[in-house]
Amino acid sequence: MQIDWAILAVVAVVAAAAAVTVVLLVAFALVGLSAGAERRVRGDGVAFRARGTGTALAVLCLLAAGLIVGYGLFLIIF
Amino acid sequence: MDAVVIVVVVVATALVFDYTNGFHDTANAMATSIATGALRPKLAVTIAGALNLAGAFLSVEVAKTISGGLVDETLINPVVIFAGLVGAILWNLVTWFFGLPSSSSHALFGGLIGATWVAGGNDAIRFGALLNKVILPAALSPVVAALIAMTVTYLAFRVAARADRGVVSRGFKVGQTVSASMVALAHGTNDAQKTMGVITLTLITAGMLAPGSAPPFWVVLSAGLAIAIGTYMGGWRIIRTLGTRVSDIHPVQGFTAETTSTAVILTSTHLGLPLSTTQVCTGSIFGAGAGRRLASVHWGVAGRIVLAWSFTLPAAAVVGAAASWLAATGTVGLIVVALGGSAVASGIYAASRQSAVSASNVNDVPRPPAADIAA
Repeated sequence: MQIDWAILAVVAVVAAAAAVTVVLLVAFALVGLSAGAERRVRGDGVAFRARGTGTALAVLCLLAAGLIVGYGLFLIIF
Repeated sequence: MDAVVIVVVVVATALVFDYTNGFHDTANAMATSIATGALRPKLAVTIAGALNLAGAFLSVEVAKTISGGLVDETLINPVVIFAGLVGAILWNLVTWFFGLPSSSSHALFGGLIGATWVAGGNDAIRFGALLNKVILPAALSPVVAALIAMTVTYLAFRVAARADRGVVSRGFKVGQTVSASMVALAHGTNDAQKTMGVITLTLITAGMLAPGSAPPFWVVLSAGLAIAIGTYMGGWRIIRTLGTRVSDIHPVQGFTAETTSTAVILTSTHLGLPLSTTQVCTGSIFGAGAGRRLASVHWGVAGRIVLAWSFTLPAAAVVGAAASWLAATGTVGLIVVALGGSAVASGIYAASRQSAVSASNVNDVPRPPAADIAA
């Protein structure tokens, strides 16, 4: 009997990397959106820029998460 | 009995198994989303059903692995496969009745192995493949999924602690919708293929398909439809267990559990390693619960689930072996197995009606003990 440890290890490592990355990207995106939501109340120019930065960070993080998910689907389909 | 009739009976039984696989495993994708309110119960099972159907068409890697790996195709016949399916279906129904998320894959493997062992002896079973592709991944996958989910849940709570609570709750609920959909899709790519593999194996052993063939289109379509309809029916008893009995699940945990499950299942599917989606998803949910606070997990429930897991393969094997022995006696034996199996299944369904769980009461929390109320 030959146990295929290599495949098992690959599954564990790739799945861990993908899960950690996607979850952290979404969490940081929500932090970015929160920065915008909190500063929106103040209504000054600095707050406006901070909100824009937060939203941009959120968009970037979500795009990156979406790319990872899309790549996973690509691997399955093709 | 005519060989074509037997093949038709086996294919129909395989699709029944696929249906039970669907409603048994709806909880994998949707239990946490339903529990956190990210999705309404009926909408959740509709999405899950549709994505299971779509997932069935994405890959046939696992189907090829099952039909060519675990048993010697030259030593078994459609009657043996039928007996194995009977064992798998009955075990699926028993565990569903008790609300236990046991592995449909292991029930299927157990039933097939028991039935094959009776018909072909030890030589008909490839123990190396069984250990390498089934037992070892089965033992490791829930642990790996739990560890990954626990880590990402801890990290997610740490990062999200700096964010607005309302935004976090809403954001992760939206994320849950996506991640739950991904699990449903992954489930379709993984589990529908098991039935495709069984049907393909039946056609090969009956001489209707060349050895090593991929599943024909009608097999892919019917397996996809069966698992999708089963999923839509919703295994509410198991959804209740995983959604409200494991831990008090927050949207963050629902998202991390489902994301972990998706990552593990899609990776294993891509590599042609048939993992149990139930074990992966259950491990992820427990890990996500432990990632917030170890004490928040109901470990007694975990113990019962692990107990059911350890009995799944041997119990299904025993039933499969008994059914195979009986069916091998001839047409009468085959009919007795079919009628007996149907009678037991009907009995389990009737018993479940005594304490029905549905979309309307799936999120009901358990009543506190009488002593607590009196205090």
